[in-house]
Parts: sequence; structure tokens; C-alpha cells
Amino acid sequence: MASELNLSRDHLEAPFSRRVEELSGENPYACYQCGKCSAGCPFADHMDALPNQVLRLVQLGDEAALRLSAPWVCASCLACAVRCPKGVDIAKTMEALRLLSLRRGITPAPVVPDRPYPQIALVGAYRKLTP
Amino acid sequence: MKKLAYFPGCAMKDQARPDEAGTLHALAALGYEVAEIPRWNCCGTVHSLAKDDLMRHVGPVRNLIRVQGMGEKRVLTLCAMCYGTLKRSAQFVREEERLARINAFLDTEEDFRGGIEVVHLLTLLRDEVGYEKLASRVKRTLNGLKVATYYGCVLLRPREFAVDDPDRPEVMERVVEALGGAPVPFPERMECCGAYLTVGRSDIVTDRVGRILRSARGSGADLVVTTCPLCQFNLAERRPPVAPTLPVLYLGQVLGWAFGADEPANLFPLGGAR
Repeated sequence: MASELNLSRDHLEAPFSRRVEELSGENPYACYQCGKCSAGCPFADHMDALPNQVLRLVQLGDEAALRLSAPWVCASCLACAVRCPKGVDIAKTMEALRLLSLRRGITPAPVVPDRPYPQIALVGAYRKLTP
Repeated sequence: MKKLAYFPGCAMKDQARPDEAGTLHALAALGYEVAEIPRWNCCGTVHSLAKDDLMRHVGPVRNLIRVQGMGEKRVLTLCAMCYGTLKRSAQFVREEERLARINAFLDTEEDFRGGIEVVHLLTLLRDEVGYEKLASRVKRTLNGLKVATYYGCVLLRPREFAVDDPDRPEVMERVVEALGGAPVPFPERMECCGAYLTVGRSDIVTDRVGRILRSARGSGADLVVTTCPLCQFNLAERRPPVAPTLPVLYLGQVLGWAFGADEPANLFPLGGAR
């Protein structure tokens, strides 16, 4: 017995998707899921969801995107941004997810310096944790 | 002598002192009177990628106001991160409304009028000095030393602020060539080292650094050069145990050496660059 499949636009353009679009300035629906961002991401090996999968959750309005570690593993190197054939700067989407998480009190694992660091490393790391 | 306003940023006064020493020596030899901008402050290191990023531009713009106060039209950075933040903010305030908002916020400063150009050492060497003049002024040639040119991310991305073609950059290779070295454009030269993740996720950065160094060594390099103090820190301090023992130097160290800086202890302090 085949299960029932419902095709609907109801969950598209959800408030969550709109909020991410507003913060990032990037239209998540421009993405056609080719995966080029994930293929070229130097950090994809360490992510719990690939960049294109993160964007898919945003397209679907699924707030599970806010609980992933992937946006925190993204180092904003913009390799994806210069390669996207649809011109979606997914690094901006990742930034929007980080900010939304912080603003909603969903914080990532604490970042505790385990040794002396140059200022450039500390300022960079902690700015990313500033909502 | 040509006057040139200079924004050092934190690293040039700390772990990247050898970079500053070498670069300033070479720039003096090339006819520049480098003037450090007064009362400069942190550039912020990373820029915001979000739309509501006004606050993140305050620090960089304050530095641009100092440049304006010197009566200069452009400012030099050596650090790739400073270049990224200052360049982005200089662009951001080109829109009248944004400029007005920033000026309203920076109430205690003179109004910023915009129009300050941010240049990086590499673009200065290419566009103003020129490779030929650079080569003709070299006092000590690198003599065919195989130098892996590591760009990392901020010099090349985003596209609109890139110092060169973000897909096929050559400026650092040409500079190494002018100094008498043999540039090694290795496969990982444009891939991120992990940057600030080094504080919380050293495991990821160690993985990245291993790949970068193996790629450089595999391409036959004798050493790696970079202009980013965060890349230098990571490539030197975050090596996996089995990584190649390649030295990682600032471009400015090599530049200063090639221009005959007579204080090698400043350029290559023991333990300063493994």
C-alpha cells in the first residue's frame, strides 16, 4: 500500500524563510540544489548538514536549521559564494542563521580559549558570537 | 618620497611585527614615506554578512575618518583581514543614506566625507610600483627559492573586493617572481585555513592546515608566504603531527629580506615563524 504524498506550497515562504531572507538579503528560492556549494566547501566534512541541505531547510521553513552545527562550522570563507551558478551567497544565509540563533537564545557550544591567542583570532571568533 | 597613510591593525604590533618591519623597509627603499594613522582602532577582523550590519562598520569607518584627518585620500593595509573590513566599510558608506546614518552615530567625530581608497600591499606593488621596478630595486635575490603563494580567503573573496581574479589570481606569484623566487601556485592556495575557528574548533583548523601544507609541499615548495596574520598563526601553530615542516613566512618578511633589510633578527625572530 503506497503512502499518501501531498504536494503543497503551504510550508513554502514561511515566516522563518522570510526572516532568513530579510537578514541575509539572499533569496533562498533561487537555489536549485545543485550542490556546488557543498562540493567546494572546505569545511563540509565537519558539518552535520551540507550547505545545500541547510539552504533546503530554509526553503522549507524548517527551523531545525537553527539547531545545526553547520552554520557554526562555516568560517565565512565565501568559496561557495563565488561559485554558486544561481548567484546565491549562501555564506550570508549561514550568517543569518547564526544571528537568528543567537537572538533567539539558541547558543552554540561555548568557545573557551585553551591557550594564548593573538587578538586577531579572539576578535574574529567572538564577533561571530555577537548577535 | 611619496606619502602613504598606513593602518597597521593589531597583528602588525604583535605577532606580525616581522611583516611590518620587512614591508616598511622595502617601501622606504621604493620611495614611500609611510605615515601610521593616529589613534587607530581595531578593524573588527571579520565583517558582518547580514543586512543589519551598521554597527560593524563603525570601527572601520572611524579609522577612515583618521585618514581623512591626515588629509590623505587612501590608506594602506598589510593584513588581509584589515583590508577586508576597511575596504568593505569604505564601499558601504558610498550610499548617501548609510553615510548619514554612520555620521549621526559617530557623533563625537568629524563627519566622514567618504572617498577614501583602501589599498593592500599587493595591489600597491602591482598597480603603482609595478613588477619591473620592484625587480630592478631588489638587493638580494631569492635565487629561485620555491615559494608557495598562499592567498586564503579574504584577499580574493567576495569578488567585488578581491585584490585579483578570485578564480585565477597571480599577483602574489608575480611579486615572488620579481624578487627572484620561483612561485609555486599550489592547489590549496585559495582555500580557507579555518580562520577564527582556531579558538573553538582547533580540530577543524588542524585538518585544514594539514591539507594546505601537504598541497604546498606536494607542489615542491621550500616555504609558504601569506599576507594574513591569522593564516600565518594557523599554518604555524595548528599543524597536525605528521604535516610537512615547511616554514610559513609573511610576504613582508621575504620582501624586506630581498630589499636588504639589515636586521635579520627583526625579520626572522627565533621561534617567530616555524
